[in-house]
Amino acid sequence: MSDGGIGASVRRKEDARFLTGRGTYTDDINRPGQLYAYILRSPHAHAEIGSVDTSKAKKAPGVVAVFTGTDIAADNVGGLPCGWGVKSKDGSPMIEPPHPVLAQGRVRHVGDPVAAVIAETREQAKDAAEQIAVAYKTLPAVIEATDAIKSGKPQIWDAAKGNVCFDWHIGDPAAVDAAFKKAAHVTKIDIVNNRLVPNAMEPRSAIGEYDRGTGEHTLYTTSQNPHVIRLLMGAFVLHLPEHKLRVVAPDVGGGFGSKIYHYAEEALVTWASAKVGKPIKWTADRSESFISDAQGRDHVTHAELALDKDGKFLGLRVSTVANLGAYLSTFAPAIPTYLYATLLAGTYTTPVIYCEVKAVFTNTVPVDAYRGAGRPEATYVVERIVEMAAHEMKIDPTELRRRNFIPKDAYPYQTPVALQYDSGDYFSTLDMATKAADYAGFAKRREDSAKHGKLRGIGIATYIEACGIAPSAVAGALGARAGLYECAEVRVHPTGSVTVFTGTHSHGQGHETTFAQVIADKLGVPVENVDVVHGDTSKIPFGMGTYGSRSIAVGGSALIKAIDKIVTKGKKIAAHLLEASEADIEFKDGKFTVVGTDKSKAFGEIAFAAYVPHNYPIETVEPGLDETAFYDPKNFTFPSGAHIAEVEVDKETGTVQLMKFTAADDFGRIINPLVVEGQVHGGLVQGIGQALYENAVYDGSSGQLVTGSYMDYCMPRADNLPNFSVGTHTTLCTHNPLGVKGCGEAGAIGAPAAVMNAVVNALAPLGIKDLAMPATPERVWRALQGQKAAH
Amino acid sequence: MATTVSMTVNGKTVSGSVEPRTLLVQFLRETLGLTGTHVGCDTSQCGACVVHVDGNSVKSCTMLAVQAEGAQVTTIEGLAKGDELHPMQAAFREHHGLQCGFCTPGMVMSAVDLAHKVKNPSEDQIRHWLEGNLCRCTGYHNIVKAIKAGATAMQGGK
Repeated sequence: MSDGGIGASVRRKEDARFLTGRGTYTDDINRPGQLYAYILRSPHAHAEIGSVDTSKAKKAPGVVAVFTGTDIAADNVGGLPCGWGVKSKDGSPMIEPPHPVLAQGRVRHVGDPVAAVIAETREQAKDAAEQIAVAYKTLPAVIEATDAIKSGKPQIWDAAKGNVCFDWHIGDPAAVDAAFKKAAHVTKIDIVNNRLVPNAMEPRSAIGEYDRGTGEHTLYTTSQNPHVIRLLMGAFVLHLPEHKLRVVAPDVGGGFGSKIYHYAEEALVTWASAKVGKPIKWTADRSESFISDAQGRDHVTHAELALDKDGKFLGLRVSTVANLGAYLSTFAPAIPTYLYATLLAGTYTTPVIYCEVKAVFTNTVPVDAYRGAGRPEATYVVERIVEMAAHEMKIDPTELRRRNFIPKDAYPYQTPVALQYDSGDYFSTLDMATKAADYAGFAKRREDSAKHGKLRGIGIATYIEACGIAPSAVAGALGARAGLYECAEVRVHPTGSVTVFTGTHSHGQGHETTFAQVIADKLGVPVENVDVVHGDTSKIPFGMGTYGSRSIAVGGSALIKAIDKIVTKGKKIAAHLLEASEADIEFKDGKFTVVGTDKSKAFGEIAFAAYVPHNYPIETVEPGLDETAFYDPKNFTFPSGAHIAEVEVDKETGTVQLMKFTAADDFGRIINPLVVEGQVHGGLVQGIGQALYENAVYDGSSGQLVTGSYMDYCMPRADNLPNFSVGTHTTLCTHNPLGVKGCGEAGAIGAPAAVMNAVVNALAPLGIKDLAMPATPERVWRALQGQKAAH
Repeated sequence: MATTVSMTVNGKTVSGSVEPRTLLVQFLRETLGLTGTHVGCDTSQCGACVVHVDGNSVKSCTMLAVQAEGAQVTTIEGLAKGDELHPMQAAFREHHGLQCGFCTPGMVMSAVDLAHKVKNPSEDQIRHWLEGNLCRCTGYHNIVKAIKAGATAMQGGK
């Protein structure tokens, strides 16, 4: 192993450019002759479009073109496709309405794009858009999913009766009914998983450019997966072949899921740049991001847990209504189904589970994966109901969990909801967390808080997540319309330095460092001699991008496969140079050695020989040292862990202060502990944000997003938060070559339930048994007053 | 109705033609090509655009370019001495105080101003100071650590 290999807290290579202002984000790019697009969006949640008069706007200063839905339709531009099909209980396919790039005849949420103005400056485009006269005939809107399925409500799509997209289920309902008949105790809970706005700090941006000489289109975009965008936009929207379409996702300022999807603006600038013959840039204002980036969560759930007299779980029954918004975003149908209900076993041996999910259209911004994507929703259901059961049965919550954990020797463990866990040790992570959080000393701290007039609470959540969604064949059978493998190319240069091309994408995760560490570890090339390239379809053979904590589990595995090919070829070359049999060559610490001798060749010497093949086995080995590999995982990976939150509630104001947060996680093998801790911290704060601060609130009648700016949508800030205690306990993934599991989403999955369990625990002495997220001062204060919150 | 504005940015005298409504951040990014200063919101909340104007941290989205006439402006590009990172930049790297890097220029510029104004700031003072800087990636934990270390390093005259 070279210094800076696997397990070292190497300082990040990418930081040098980010810290000096030399990063290149999409909006930092300017192309010669570039024009600017401004998108006119619907101010109404639901309306018929009568006419769109663009005549004044077209004459405004600097305006080059104005496009509406009519132009899009006339040019045969396709709608935005959905990448996952789900079938209802009765076998019928989900309702898949059209998703036009610019609205056709009707708008269905505030922010729905209606027209695009192209002008010489951003300001001119914006000014001209104000001169477009759209005759809207407003229609009644419906916002809440549970409301939308009632009779007599506004219908958003003719094909979706009662606004239902699909009515899906998983598990054995008869077996669950039988389990409940045997129960000594049943715990019931109603849960709202609040809608969130992802809010990556970099607003979305896209630049389209067309080269008349070559016929090549280029799209620079804020994407987590440029190849997926090329595939969807090329094949379904603009009908462009891949070899004439290049998609570049340069430095991207955070994604958290919201930059996975193919968005209308990407297609618009690509299409319009060819129409007007000049590059076109569009960059969202933050206000625009709030009403055009896919949002997250928004589930309403009823759950029931059957237990025997000793607290063993006998069965779980869950019914969820999931809000999909007005259109199907790229992966929306998979989130409240295969990434949610399959996680309802959690860390427990619950023998039978049944879950039904009704997915519903409403006049709101589309909902899709947001950090965790279905798994935070599942964890919240399981860990709130387990906590409530512990309270009702007067069993310590840690004890009740231990009684039901999957035993350490039970892997591979088949759950009743499709997944097979390969490895884990939930007892050890819970032990680690309770020790680090001084769980035993909580009673004393609660007394101390009471002396200051504060209510103190402690809350636990354990979680399992399923990362690196796969294998492709299984995902395909479940409705995925794409493969879920990953690609890596390792290009060894003649002097022994290395460039890695990965189909994953880094937008904060630090791949340029961690992937280089894998090379350093396996090939003995120092980290500073390795560059990692991502985010450009013209450079990288292929890739599915980064989401679902898949980069190291799937992309890292592809990298190992490519490295193995390099080593295999290197051995052939070394055998020739060392005049030995290939079988006698071993590669270790950056050297090819004839086993049992001191005869060896350094990695760099082999690379040089491969490119200057004067003394070379040319009859049997090609020159060059450049290998590509694709890796299709055998299974998901299953990170897990235990999180403990401790809060103080001010009885007078209802303010909840998070005092301590402890996380003990199992991510499998860790490449860079510093980077992993950073991922956990960030995930935790998004989870804590959901529990205490963040909530996307729409006005129930007008459908306006009331929390449409940072003045109204409460983002967690530095002074809301304590320092965190994070630690890891490792069990290795058994089915990928690095033994890695992924760490990107864990924090956001465990934290909401841990924090809300702590808040409810603090309020329990006053007889409060439940509270909806986010536990804002107003909600807590109203609960303390025995009132119901307004929202 | 363009007007000409002149100021000193990162030690160099610059001037350019702007509209009265042109924000300082637009002038820096679009006229001068200093794209290290970022725009993350439109309500002066996120702090990605923080620069120094006459020695104080300022949200450059909240100031018109014409208001900076004659001012001394420092952006993230002007902080390091050649290839040597400013101690605050070095501390962010050492303590992994950045992930996607988008909020980072504003965070660093804000932190440097804090360190100038408060010697050895406490964790509470740092967290309070960062009220006007949003980060979605780091959970602030490592940013706070980095600022504490960076402020100490600045005291050491590094």
